[in-house]
Amino acid sequence: MFFKVLDTIDANLMKSSDSLPLAGFEEVDHTADWAYRVWGRDMRELFVEAAVALYAIAGVALTDADPVIRTVQLNGVDYESLLVAWLNELLYLNESEGLGFRQFDIQQLDAHHLQAQITGAPVQQWTKFIKAMTYHNLAIKPSDRGLEATLVMDV
Amino acid sequence: MLITKQDFRRVSDYLWELPTSFHPQMKVPVWLFADDELLEDALGDLSVTQAVNVACLPGLVGHVVVMPDVHQGYGMPIGGVMAAKVPGGIISPGAVGYDINCGVRVLASQIDYPSAKPHLSELASALYRNCPSGVGEKGSVPLSLAELDEVCRKGAKWALEQDYAQPEDLARTEEFGCLVGADPEQASKRAKDRGRGQVGTLGAGNHFLEVDVVEEVADPDAAAIMGLQEGCLAIQIHCGSRGFGHQICTDYVQDFQLAVIKYGIHLPDRELVCAPIDSPEGQSYLGAMKAAANYAFANRQVLAWHTRRSFEEVFGVKQAHLRQVYDIAHNMAKIETHQVDGKEMTLCVHRKGATRAFGPGFAGLPEDYRPIGQPVLVPGSMGTESWVLLGTELSDRLSFGSSCHGAGRVMSRARAKREVRGDRLRHELEKGGINVRAGSMPGLAEEAPQAYKDVSRVVNVVSQAGIARKVARLRPVAVVKG
Repeated sequence: MFFKVLDTIDANLMKSSDSLPLAGFEEVDHTADWAYRVWGRDMRELFVEAAVALYAIAGVALTDADPVIRTVQLNGVDYESLLVAWLNELLYLNESEGLGFRQFDIQQLDAHHLQAQITGAPVQQWTKFIKAMTYHNLAIKPSDRGLEATLVMDV
Repeated sequence: MLITKQDFRRVSDYLWELPTSFHPQMKVPVWLFADDELLEDALGDLSVTQAVNVACLPGLVGHVVVMPDVHQGYGMPIGGVMAAKVPGGIISPGAVGYDINCGVRVLASQIDYPSAKPHLSELASALYRNCPSGVGEKGSVPLSLAELDEVCRKGAKWALEQDYAQPEDLARTEEFGCLVGADPEQASKRAKDRGRGQVGTLGAGNHFLEVDVVEEVADPDAAAIMGLQEGCLAIQIHCGSRGFGHQICTDYVQDFQLAVIKYGIHLPDRELVCAPIDSPEGQSYLGAMKAAANYAFANRQVLAWHTRRSFEEVFGVKQAHLRQVYDIAHNMAKIETHQVDGKEMTLCVHRKGATRAFGPGFAGLPEDYRPIGQPVLVPGSMGTESWVLLGTELSDRLSFGSSCHGAGRVMSRARAKREVRGDRLRHELEKGGINVRAGSMPGLAEEAPQAYKDVSRVVNVVSQAGIARKVARLRPVAVVKG
């Protein structure tokens, strides 16, 4: 029941496996807020898919303006904290600068650091307001789809 | 964790206890205010499991309180109250939530419903036009960083200085609209970036502005003191600290992931992350949280000003006087004094989806409210009734001076959207005499009345349990949503 900080996840899970299904996500019922389950064949794919899911669930459309490229650098105590920080960074970039992103190149990812180059554009439409990504019962776990996590958003 | 009705001890018709023997990590019991039906509702999602998680936190005293409008949240259930020792206890940003000082303000008019009825559509349009709402909508009061710091320090006093308030508004606001000790230096630049353009905005989600009719008065003397008159219009404003508060909570929930390691705190759920209240981390969060709380008081005050000018546009200056009934927070941590086991203790009371409900005699009330107690504002679901209550002396002993904050959801937003079409709901509401102005039809569907519990049942429980008492019931006639 009580969490401990995980700073190591099986190194094999950090490598892609062609036998696993493609990354994806599905919405999960929650009484008051929104939640989604996301999976990927490895950690990088999980992080990218979690970002793709965030924009899909929020109903985001981007303008055709010239691409905006940003570098994101984050620190955390483990992969879960980096995943939350990563998604909250995307929410912040929308609310502070009106930006959304469609390409996510994760250049470095270990249990304590993330560096990514993200490419996007000004947001044309953001349908579903999301206050923040939460840690509620968050655990990145191995599954038959690679790695899986369920994220709860405060809306 | 499977929790059933049989795990509870029935204390009274409206109070149930889940003892510490239920789970080895529980430090205090859980007290749930409910009748049989609302207890079943609470057991229908993870609300009680989340309350058990809260009861496992270190430094708590008394019991974790669960209100009858409880529903599953993220960490602390919505409708939860916990109290930590000061000093020696903890403070938890996750237990306060992202919308710091989300709350409700009620204004009362002397405009009677029959006179107002032909103008309600025009009024709804004026409110929708004048009160910015919806995703990404900017406010009418852009602030420099220095001005934002002033808002953080002064709260509603800033609004008074800027002519957005009347002196009585502040007297009739929790903490007189300003938490002492707010420290904008403890809020990140990111929080300020998000917040500086949003003062005077309603936001989206379940936030709303509603025009009601005072339909029934249960306590005429108290209603008269408050300015509530049967058959006349009243207004509810529900919103919080917008992106400023959201970012402060986000920042501290992230930072405290390290603090729990530093202080050796074990958590049942990482969203309940916390730090000792007397630690540098705890004090830093408290200063930032108070800054966000003051921002929210100022935000609702500017929205009240927009509401007043909307009424003036429609009814003329003479008719449009709106008197503040009260403004109250339902997501906040406060340092308060309460009776615990017959002893007076200083506590950090966290209320998440619960309101303060202090009884008569409380010094933090304006003179005219001291004999009757503090107003408790309970908005119902869109399309159903809302209530104005008063706090009681008993609430100090039973619920750390707290009561319910609304109806409480029973249906997920996804299911509500599947089962309800926003345009049809709007049509039904309008057929029922409620003028609706909403920026998003799917957003409207998520807030459908059937997604919520019966607020009269919730209010009946807090009233019968003695932690609040009824003053007036309101019926909606116009709703504005983002």
